[in-house]
Amino acid sequence: MARNITYREALNEALAQEMERDESVIVMGEDNAGGEGAPGDQDAWGGVLGVTKGLYHKFPGRVLDTPISESAFIGAAIGAATAGMRPVAELMFVDFMGVCFDQIYNQAAKFRYMFGGKAVTPVVIRTMYGAGLRAAAQHSQCLYPLFTHIPGLKVVLPATPYDAKGMLIQAIRDNDPVMFFEHKALYDTSGPVPEESYTVPFGEADVVREGGDVTIVTLGRMVHTSLDAAAQLAAGGVQCEVVDLRTTSPLDEDTVLESVEGTGRLVVVDEAHPRCSIATDISALVAQKAFGALQAPIEMVTAPHTPVPFSSALEDRYIPDAQRIVNAVKTVTGWTR
Amino acid sequence: MTDDRIVPVTMPKWGLSMQLGKITGWIVTEGDEVSVGDELADIETDKIAGTLEAADAGTVRRIIARVGEDVPVSGTIALIAPAGVSDADLETAAEQARAVIDAGVPDEAEGEPAVETAEVGGRQVRYVGAGRDGDVVLLVHGYGGDRNSWLFLQAPMAGKHRVYTLDLPGHGTSSKDVGDGSVGLLADAVIGVLDAIGADRAHLAGHSLGGVVALTAAARDPARIRSLTLIAPAGFGPEINAGYLRGFADAATRRELKPVVGQLFADESLVTRQVVDDLLAYKRIDGVDEALHTLLGTLLSPDGQTQGIDAAAVAAAIGGAVPVTVVWGTEDRIIPSAQAEAVAGAAVHLIDGAGHMPHMERPAEVQAAIEEAIAGAV
Amino acid sequence: MTDTLGQGMLNREQLLDAYRTMRAIREFEERVHREFATGEIPGFVHLYAGEEASAAGVCGNLDDRDTIASTHRGHGHCIAKGVDVSEMMAEIYGRRTGSCHGKGGSMHIADLSKGMLGANGIVGGGPPLICGTALAAKIKGTGGVSVAFFGDGGSNQGTTLESMNLACVWNLPAIFVAENNGYAEATSSTWSVASDNIADRAAGFGMPGVIVDGFDFFAVHEAASEAIARARRGGGPTLIEMKFTRYFGHFEGDQQTYRADEVERARSELDCLLRFAARVTETGELSQADLDAVDAEVGAEIDKAVDGAKAAPLPTEADLLTDVYVRY
Repeated sequence: MARNITYREALNEALAQEMERDESVIVMGEDNAGGEGAPGDQDAWGGVLGVTKGLYHKFPGRVLDTPISESAFIGAAIGAATAGMRPVAELMFVDFMGVCFDQIYNQAAKFRYMFGGKAVTPVVIRTMYGAGLRAAAQHSQCLYPLFTHIPGLKVVLPATPYDAKGMLIQAIRDNDPVMFFEHKALYDTSGPVPEESYTVPFGEADVVREGGDVTIVTLGRMVHTSLDAAAQLAAGGVQCEVVDLRTTSPLDEDTVLESVEGTGRLVVVDEAHPRCSIATDISALVAQKAFGALQAPIEMVTAPHTPVPFSSALEDRYIPDAQRIVNAVKTVTGWTR
Repeated sequence: MTDDRIVPVTMPKWGLSMQLGKITGWIVTEGDEVSVGDELADIETDKIAGTLEAADAGTVRRIIARVGEDVPVSGTIALIAPAGVSDADLETAAEQARAVIDAGVPDEAEGEPAVETAEVGGRQVRYVGAGRDGDVVLLVHGYGGDRNSWLFLQAPMAGKHRVYTLDLPGHGTSSKDVGDGSVGLLADAVIGVLDAIGADRAHLAGHSLGGVVALTAAARDPARIRSLTLIAPAGFGPEINAGYLRGFADAATRRELKPVVGQLFADESLVTRQVVDDLLAYKRIDGVDEALHTLLGTLLSPDGQTQGIDAAAVAAAIGGAVPVTVVWGTEDRIIPSAQAEAVAGAAVHLIDGAGHMPHMERPAEVQAAIEEAIAGAV
Repeated sequence: MTDTLGQGMLNREQLLDAYRTMRAIREFEERVHREFATGEIPGFVHLYAGEEASAAGVCGNLDDRDTIASTHRGHGHCIAKGVDVSEMMAEIYGRRTGSCHGKGGSMHIADLSKGMLGANGIVGGGPPLICGTALAAKIKGTGGVSVAFFGDGGSNQGTTLESMNLACVWNLPAIFVAENNGYAEATSSTWSVASDNIADRAAGFGMPGVIVDGFDFFAVHEAASEAIARARRGGGPTLIEMKFTRYFGHFEGDQQTYRADEVERARSELDCLLRFAARVTETGELSQADLDAVDAEVGAEIDKAVDGAKAAPLPTEADLLTDVYVRY
């Protein structure tokens, strides 16, 4: 039975159900329980934003707090994966990837290929991304394009509680290394989620809104902003098709191309920085493979080429909003040669 | 005081949770003559898209609901009236209808009835009922379906009966374990729900696999079942579209599933993206893949091409103790409608131009057939 | 190959195995050195000649439950952990029959089925991985241990230091083996390691630190045996520092102008094979004939490996795209 729960609860449920089903699933990260070695409560935090709360007591010995040593414990999760465990490690903020990126992109991503097909690395690295909480430059980035660039990694960004649970279960069962991106502004959002365990496959985009006038390709939190823009535009008679990529690697090219073949116009909305982003990636794909269908140039709505600013006056301008998306749609629908 | 020759066409209740419907297109225009069963408008809800059929004959004198607008269930969307009714009376009626639409869903609108659970053989079987008066009617869906298959019938029939729908094991929100996948196990679930409801006697209607399941349940205790309506039931002949069954069980993506599901209907445009996405979400629940493949072993004989169930033998065991009605779409591409003749002693309703899902494609006619079966019951 | 006669004491079979391992590594590396000079071997190779006692002495105490991670200078560790020599050679030549089907090369030879987590092209890449395999062994209760081999250069890498701390915090069955051959590329370890010894750092992490003459197989074997036994019984990690030198350059092609003449001296006076032979023949544990037989066997094996590698097919175009993922 489906009932409304939060994105955070959906993730927690996915972890609990998988840990119940498969004892090789372990969880590790900074304060994933909280209180280790301290005189007060164990499981004091359950993760900095509470995603792993309750698991520590429910699965003794399988939820490990770590020192602040990303390269060591992310590397340990990867090593443990090669040795038959299914670790779900947490890179608390994706902004911290710098201190452990080698383990992810030179080790985990490459084992299978470098070792001639003789390695399996079923590790999941969960990480928080995204702006909007005034967390400033070093705690608000997206960075998923950097991981998308790496052959051997899978990159997953659920936008809804339903997708969050199904895709985390899928990630844990997947035998390749998965980077699992959770937008920090989505944890409190709610939606219908079945009680039972289920999976959502990777490489399948979701058409969350059908429409014939313009295709909006987007991902993560921007799916919701795009839907807001689409509602505004619908009132004015413009019907947008909103495609939620859900995974950037593997990428569902077919759904994107099919949609653009139908509408002839494309706006890509991506919270990441503009250079070498998912926006440029999708734009190049469509320009190459659906050129004949395009009736206007492609518009990209992204963050600017700046670090994430702190002040709310600035951060609110940094993050793409519905108005900018509306403007971009009007540009492509109003364009003439 | 409006002319009581004015007949309102109202927003139907498709599904127990439906509160609003949206007209996506009018098929008739003001001035058109319609007969019962003619298509009037395409309507979309948050669960399904369908076509409203006329329940009355006459002239469409006013169209009230606009395309794209949400209308509460039971709201008047058009007026049918003979030529003799004055424009003034029509305007008054139209204004009243417009006011209801503009007011939106009333506060006292009936909420959704609660889904209940019966424990049968260690499995959870979910069911939901609507309607307060009359006989108990239990509707049993088919392979890969769920209680929402009866979306177009349960609420309309609830006016006169206590109408129940269930999710068979392996389906919907019931336990996904189907054990040996036998028809008997599924029939146990049907009987378990009747017990849970406390129904000493009931009418059963079943679709496809659900048809032979209902038949089997009746054979266990014929005195308990007042009437049986079998809609395109399985088991009454060797021919079956095995490719469809396997395709449905094996499909893993939208692209694979859509053409398969299309075979269920005479008109493939009924297969919307929402329908396919909902089916995919169901198929991705833990245990469903196994359940669907186990049930394939029941539906098909070892050659993998012909039907594996012998429903005629079950029917023979009932003898004439329970009156049987058979409903079949003439364009059924899954099980050929000719097999209706193999249902001994049954009243047969063939629905011209419907596919394997007449209860979704032509719900008014299926409802009429079931009502007739109920009326003629022992 | 665990010790059956008490810590540090080896029987005849174990002694022969140890000699065979060291001789195989020596001949393999000397041969690669000669073949590389002909220009036939692609890319980079980093040779382990001189350091054999470390690999043999440590791995002589390990079994199939145990895992090791290595460095760019990984041939010795691979051979000591039982990776097939012919497959290794074919891999170095980039052939399809290589350990990694020609897709890894010298720096990425691995065999997970033998607990060999791979040579590693990233300095300090191994220690975090070994914390993981040790964690897995601990959780699964296999009794297995994990050994991280790294150099004096790797001992300064943040990943190595973090891994030492993590292994001590989690009390993992891990052994950290710092192979101090005096140089990190062209930079002397006496300069780049701030403390007098790498092993001195162990106290900072709360684990034992041991310094061993890396040319002395028996000293290595004994120190490793103790550390491994400690790890197996849940006593936590140990840091072992081997002191020795490498006979060749950082990479093949390195002119080594940063060195003096220490290699000549090492080869004639300190060499692990010479010292092993001297000891076992003196005590009568093995005869010269035993050793000669091993030499001949190994020589033939290496010849076969090189001939096989040179004749083996190259990977095909289709191989380019395979095995990026288990399933994409």
